[in-house]
Amino acid sequence: MNSKKASQLAQQIVFVGPALVFFTLIMVIPFLFGLYYSFTDWNGVSGEAGWVGFDNYKQIFMHDDAFRESFWFTAKFTVLGVVFTNVLGFVLAYFLTKPLKTRNVLRTVFFMPNVIGGLLLGFIWQFIFVKGFAAVGSTTGISFFNLPWLGTENTAFWAIVIVFVWQTAGYLMVIYISSLNNVPRDILEAAEIDGASRLQILRSIIIPLIMPAATICLFLAISWSFKMFDLNLSLTKGGPFGSTESVAMNIYNEAFSKNRYGLGTAKAIIFFVIVAVITSLQVKFTKSKEVEA
Amino acid sequence: MDIAKKNRAGTIATELVMIVLGILFLVPFYFLFVNSVKSFGDLLTNAASLPKSIEWGNYSRAFDITNFPTAFLNSSIITIVSNVLLVLISAMAAHRMVRSNSRFNKGLFLMLVAAMVVPFQSIMIPLVKVASTLGLMNSIHGMIICYLGFGVPMSVFLLHGFVKSIPQEIEEAATVDGSNAYGVFFRVVFPLMKPMLVTVFILNTLWIWNDYLLPSLILQSVELQTIPIATFAFFGQYTKQWDLALPALVMGVTPIIVFFLFMQKYIIEGITQGAVKG
Repeated sequence: MNSKKASQLAQQIVFVGPALVFFTLIMVIPFLFGLYYSFTDWNGVSGEAGWVGFDNYKQIFMHDDAFRESFWFTAKFTVLGVVFTNVLGFVLAYFLTKPLKTRNVLRTVFFMPNVIGGLLLGFIWQFIFVKGFAAVGSTTGISFFNLPWLGTENTAFWAIVIVFVWQTAGYLMVIYISSLNNVPRDILEAAEIDGASRLQILRSIIIPLIMPAATICLFLAISWSFKMFDLNLSLTKGGPFGSTESVAMNIYNEAFSKNRYGLGTAKAIIFFVIVAVITSLQVKFTKSKEVEA
Repeated sequence: MDIAKKNRAGTIATELVMIVLGILFLVPFYFLFVNSVKSFGDLLTNAASLPKSIEWGNYSRAFDITNFPTAFLNSSIITIVSNVLLVLISAMAAHRMVRSNSRFNKGLFLMLVAAMVVPFQSIMIPLVKVASTLGLMNSIHGMIICYLGFGVPMSVFLLHGFVKSIPQEIEEAATVDGSNAYGVFFRVVFPLMKPMLVTVFILNTLWIWNDYLLPSLILQSVELQTIPIATFAFFGQYTKQWDLALPALVMGVTPIIVFFLFMQKYIIEGITQGAVKG
């Protein structure tokens, strides 16, 4: 009996041990340290971190305008980003599940931006907004292209939205396509025979049946937009005048540029709580809308 | 007959609209490639036109300045080694956690699921401290260990769902035939997990290859730079030197686009499977 127990223990250690060790070292311990440091005035350099209680949190909620602004930017961006990527992703998926000759090529095309990292994409689009759009604008005279795209607060915001939608709609499209392919054909045919219009079929049959995909796609889009960092770093650097500084970037700057690690970790904890609450509320809400065929 | 005709006309119209949209999606790539072979003057006069003459010299200059081969090699080593180890340790853990449903394993699984909503930014600050205490800073192996830690939750989660769908009778049969637990896993279960292993491999490849933030915190020396880090450093030095920057960007995006075009089928399947399980 004892040797069986020993062999079970050995198996547990060999199989689960490595994953557990790396996960603990890289995620659990830093997370716990983060909780502790958020109550200190740690500056990242000296080994000492003085306990300051809730001072960091008070400071953030009462006096930190830059954090509040970065939060507003991220919230606005998330709402628009989530809506546009999901609508476009769904529309692309809807038409690319129709019998088009070019649909395989088009699926590849729409997905392609997604394989390039946000940092490189940001630089590519910086060129397009500054030089490319200007060239198109002067050739065609369309004023849309002649806007100072990265130069004003309003246009820079939309610039990031445009790039984000271009980058991520294709990924969501893939998920919506697989979900649309799973909608039972006989239900659609039955509805068609009963004389339902295309719009009716879409609203009353297709959309309710693809809600599980919507749950996932909304979750992904929300967490991507909230965590956005690379794209604004390379596209606008948070400018002009800090108007496109995301929460992630604000946290990064607080710690690594201003050396206020204690304050930075407090912001990071707040950020984590907000992301966790919003995503779980969203999943709970859309799950309640799911139906079975 | 009439309805069929109307349907066909509708399909053709849809197809045309979608093709136009597809071309719009490709326009950024047009700007990138066309301007990467223009002379600086040509590029400034009109960024939308085709090049007057093709300047391949842009590429060789950018190639030298970015130290492209080093960055490519670093990115490849980090991505491949992290991926192989991650797939292995996650598969082993997932298998054991499904088959031995102890209270410890249940708790661990819940923790991994919870960890998936933790944004990287909310642990990066103390991570730097932990990494320097453990001697992981400024080294390729340190980088790999960090990716193992961050990759475990999602990878185990996906594989956990998949192991559940493997009938336990197969494993019991192998045990009866005289295999021990390790033999059962490596000879029977691991090969059966292949479809989900491919999914995990692909999702992790896209993430690790493109990651900027983590390597920017861990890797400092020039000879350890990955492609995103090298690109960022390059832009710091050569702001607005588009005749050098665009070829550098083309070289930066080419490897992952080639990977995508070759692995397309698996990538699309992987994302679908990942999403269904997630």
